[in-house]
Parts: sequence; C-alpha cells; structure tokens
Amino acid sequence: MGILEKITRNVDNRYWNPGVGAFPVKNRYTAGVAGQQFFERLKEDSKIFGTRCKTCETTYVPARLYCERCFERLEEKDWVDVGTEGVIHSFTVVHKTLEGEAKEKPDLIAAIQIADGILIHRLGELDDMEAYIGMKVAAQFKAKADRRGGINDIDYFKPL
Amino acid sequence: MRKVAIVGAGLTKFVRRALETPKELSFEATKTALDSCGLSLDDIDCVAHGSAPDAFDGIHQKGEYLADGCGGWNKPTMRVYVGGATGVHAVVHGWHHVASGMFDTCLVVCEEKMSNAMPHAQGFFLTIFDAITERALHPNLLWIFALEMNRYMQRYGYTKEDMALAAVNNKKNGLMHPSSQFKDEITVEDVLNSETMAYPVSRLDVSPVSDGAAAVVLAAEPVARRLTDKPVWIEGVGWTLDTAYWATRDLYYPRYLDKAARMAYEMAGIREPDKQINIAEPYDPFDYKALHHMEGLQLSPRGKTVELLRDGHFARDGNLPMCPSGGLLGVGNPIAAAGTMKICELFWQLRGEAGERQVPGDPRLGVAQAWGDLMQVSSVVVTGI
Amino acid sequence: MSEKLKVSGGTALSEEDIRSGKIFVTEDSLNCAYAWDTGVAINRYLAELKQGRIIATECRKCKRVMLPPRLFCELCFIPCNTWRHVKDTGTINTFSICHVHWDASRIKEGEDPHLPAVIEIDGASEGMGIMHILGEVEPEKIKIGMKVQAVWKPETERTGSINDIKYFKPL
Repeated sequence: MGILEKITRNVDNRYWNPGVGAFPVKNRYTAGVAGQQFFERLKEDSKIFGTRCKTCETTYVPARLYCERCFERLEEKDWVDVGTEGVIHSFTVVHKTLEGEAKEKPDLIAAIQIADGILIHRLGELDDMEAYIGMKVAAQFKAKADRRGGINDIDYFKPL
Repeated sequence: MRKVAIVGAGLTKFVRRALETPKELSFEATKTALDSCGLSLDDIDCVAHGSAPDAFDGIHQKGEYLADGCGGWNKPTMRVYVGGATGVHAVVHGWHHVASGMFDTCLVVCEEKMSNAMPHAQGFFLTIFDAITERALHPNLLWIFALEMNRYMQRYGYTKEDMALAAVNNKKNGLMHPSSQFKDEITVEDVLNSETMAYPVSRLDVSPVSDGAAAVVLAAEPVARRLTDKPVWIEGVGWTLDTAYWATRDLYYPRYLDKAARMAYEMAGIREPDKQINIAEPYDPFDYKALHHMEGLQLSPRGKTVELLRDGHFARDGNLPMCPSGGLLGVGNPIAAAGTMKICELFWQLRGEAGERQVPGDPRLGVAQAWGDLMQVSSVVVTGI
Repeated sequence: MSEKLKVSGGTALSEEDIRSGKIFVTEDSLNCAYAWDTGVAINRYLAELKQGRIIATECRKCKRVMLPPRLFCELCFIPCNTWRHVKDTGTINTFSICHVHWDASRIKEGEDPHLPAVIEIDGASEGMGIMHILGEVEPEKIKIGMKVQAVWKPETERTGSINDIKYFKPL
C-alpha cells in the first residue's frame, strides 16, 4: 500500500515545463516513385491518373507503384487516365478549427470516389446543405502558375 | 516449438535521400525477398514488420501505414518497435509467429526513411531522455554515445585510433555490398582527422543517416524444406532490456547484450560462441559499438578486442569475420532496416551466395545483433545451416 | 544468385533535385509542445534541489541508495519509502566534449563546447551516476575519475530543477 498512500498525500505534485517542451522539428515528404509521376501529370496536364492491376482488375487512384492485394508491380503500361470527375462517397462539414475555435465559414470535406480509389479533398461552389452522397463532382484546378506538384494543385471539387 | 528457417531475403539500396515513399521502399524489399524464394503473397500467412520512431518518417501509426507495402493487406500483421534493436527484433518477433505453430510462413519487413526528418534525424531523439532530470540539461543524442565510448576506451586503455580500425574494417567490407551508400575506402587517418562532433566521437566514427528497407521470409521446417535445399535455420533468439536509468549502469560493458546473447546461445546449444560462431554481425552504429558488442556477444574477451582486431582475427578472411556485410558503418543505417540487413547477410553468407563478400571456409553458424531504445535493449539471432 | 535479385529500389535524390523543384515534396511541422508531471519521487528530488540538497531513496531489500530517487526499486520491485540525503560531490564516470547541438547543427565559432558527464554522487551506491554538465574546467583537463562538486545557483534563483545545480566543477 506504500505507493498508494504516497500518492494521496502528495499534494504539491505539479507539472514540469522547463521551457524545453517544444519539439521544433519538421518533416519533408517526397511523393514517391508513383506519386512523383502522379503529381507531374496533375501539374502539367491537369489530369488524374490511376494504376490498374490487371490481375485483380483494381484501378488505384492516386496511382500506386504496386497492387497491395496481388503484390505485383504496376508498370508504365498500367497507368490509366481516369478523368477528372468523381462521386461523393461521403462528406463532412467542419465547423471548428484544429484549436477548437468556431470557423467563420464551415469547410466541406469529401471522400471522392474515382475509379476504385478515394481522394480526400475540399468541395467548393456549393452550399453545405446541397451536398449529398452520390453527388457527381469535378476537379477544379488551380491556375497553372500556382501549381506546385501536390494535391493542392486541385483547388477543390465542384458539382458537375 | 517448431524449427523455423529463413528462406528468402531482399533489400533496397541504402541512400541518404530516397525518392520512394516508406511504403514503396517496403514494397521493393518485400517483393525482392518473395521473388528470391519464388513465393507470392498468397503463400504468406502473416507479417511481422518493424520500424523505429514514427517521427523519422513523420507518419504516426507507421505500422498501419507501412503494412500494405510489407504485404500485410488483409493478413495478421503486427509491428514491433524497440528503437535501434527493431531490425533484429522483428525477426525474433516473426520467429514467434512460426515457431508457435500458429503460422507456416511469415514475412519480416523493416523500413526507415530518415530523410523525412528535418533538419536532421538526430533532433527527433530529443524526447527519449527523461523529460525532467535529463532533458532540462538540453542534451543531444550524441552525448550518450560519446559518454559510453569514452568510458569504454578509458576502461581498457583503448585509443581513438583503435576504435577507428573498426570503422575501416566495416567500411572496407561495405564497399562490396550492392546496397551500400558509400563508394570510397577510408583510412584510420581519415577517421582521426574527421570533424570532432562530441569527443571522442568524430564524424567518421559514426554511421550515416539513410533511407532503406530490408525483408526476409520465414517458414516452418516442412515448408522450408519444400522451398529450398538450403534453408538457413534460426537456431537461437534472445533479447533483454536493462534499466532505463542508463547513467546508473557502468557504460563500459553492454550488460543488456550479455544476457540476450547467452539466452540465444543456450537455445542454439552453443557453449563456446567464440570458437563455434563463424560470422558475426554485431550492431555498429558507431565504430566502438562493433567492438563493445563483440565483447557483449561473448565473441571476444573483454579488453582484448582491439588486439584481436589488429591481428586480423575479425577481418573478412580472419577466424571470426566481423560485419562482413559492412554493417551500418559500411552499408548505411536506415535504423530498423539496417538490423534486418544483418540477418540478410547471414542468410547469404551461410548459403554461399554473398558474391565477392563471401567469407571463405563455408561458414556454418552466424550471429546478428542490434541495440536500441535508450541504450538498454538488445536482440540477438543465431542462424545456422 | 545475382546481386540483381537481392536489391531493388532506393532511388537516390540530391538536395538539388528538391531545391530545383524537379522532385515534389510536402513539408509539415508537428508544432507540438509537452508538459510533464514530475511524479512523486522526482517532485521531492526537485524540491530538495531547490534547498540546495541532493536526495536519494534507499531500497530496504538491496540497500541501494538510488539516484535519481524513485518510488520503487526496479530490481527488487518493491516500494521505496526511505529517503537519504547524499553529498553534492562525486566522481566523473565518463564525459564528452560536444560540438553539436540537439539538431546536429554545429556550435558557432567562439561558443564553448558542451561538457556532459555522468557523475557518480558520493553517498549514493556505487555506479549511481546522474547526467549533468561540467564547468569551470578546461575541456582538455577533464579526466575520468576526477572529483567534482556541484556549483549551485543562488538560492533566490532556484526553481526546483536539475538546473538549480549550474554545473559540477573539479574539486
């Protein structure tokens, strides 16, 4: 019982933040072999590409280097242009910031199905009351000069 | 317990900065390992994978994230993490899966992408120290290695030149490794003249920061015998944790390894490891650690290791080659992957498939070891053919 | 077996590939901060440091006088209720002269190297070292086995921290 007794008697127990609590590090991510090519096509050609595994007939979006089911390498010939349209698989309306403050205007975030893949992205040009699962949407690209080779080269998805 | 064998192995190149994502690195090593023994994912019952801190790759829940690249889609998959010891421990972990009788085959995959950590992977070790009694002193990771190296050298009267010999030995071996991120041989003078980082640690006493992945395929005895006429058996495994109050354990001797090694040797029926073991892959993130660990592995008498090294005992053509792969110093150090790379080396060496790195004299028995957490954990695997 | 069958992937990039924008990267920062509870034993340790004393706990079974103090002996796995003051002198078990910051950046020209050491405190059991830093000493004169003593901050500046000891200096 010694330990429990001590804890109940310990009234001045306190937390410690000696000014070294911050962890000031950052991460830098490459897009990878498939991702690099995926974003090149997005940035240069405004196209969304997937890779298709001919064994299990799955078309991955975004394009991947390998099929996770068959564990086969997906090669150049397996790249397919899947168009820039998709269907809302699910969506959410975000009212709070990361810090828990109310947002001035809620964000519409959706899981958008394209071929057999899902892209998570913002929805735009529609009111949160108008969005529905099954809604057809299309990618709205940023102006070419503003593209950086990342998922934000698509500004948002908008209703067709 | 069932007998377990390694039947396949695969690696990526180790590089300072890889284009591949962590998943893609895992895929490359895993696919290569599967191809090496003619298996497909359908033949695999489970996956045991390992990776060191999430913070390196910058992906929390890295186990789940990496799983599909490790062949873990829709399979029983479990990640192991014991810091630097992860790469060897993942093999122990996979061994459990098969030895228990639960699974016939198991993929063991380890990956690390340290280049994702900015400005330098070392910074991500900031929070491994005790937050209140140690971190308030603004420590950095190098301190503990430097403190340990200094104590080890002082205890036996070793010099920095002595320690550099291990770096030269390992880097020389590593030049012949197809995954190595180095191209140039180094000399003792190069090590001594390299920048002092934290005395006694100089730049070339240290292994590099790397990206890479490594994989092996484990199989239960009947399956292994069907797959290959040269299965490499896991003869013994051992692991121990010492106290996390690292400053209260005298640093000159790796007590954490002593027990782990004895556990593995007992299981393997090895009574005289220094005479019976043919190749050793001690964990060598620093040159002194290779020697320190040879002592902990009972492969060299305490305080006599430098003498044996100078006599060529640990050279690739010596009595007991040390790090014939090149080790972390000679191939690279993508933390978890580097430990598994050592197991890959035992696999190729014992099968006589190590190419120009092949150790002469038909080695029969090898040991690989890794070390991690806050200097306190070690994992050991003994393999034989 | 050919080497080709053993190694695949690991495409090397240079920093220039990234700087030039040829290879796309995404950057992100964790931006997190932590605060830690001191816990029971360390709370007392810090309170004593504030008074200019070092306190340890003793295990009634193995008789180890332990630093830092702890609520349980991790070897005997029993609670520790016995507190013992120990001296503020000790012996250098090992040390380093460090020219590198936590993030691997190098110390600047003219900046003094950091001098971390493991110090075995007098009055604690043999081998019971704590990590601290050394001061008032030429780095090249530091030796393992050297006797050292704590240099305390003035009482008014102590906050209940391991840094209430500024450093250890040679006796």
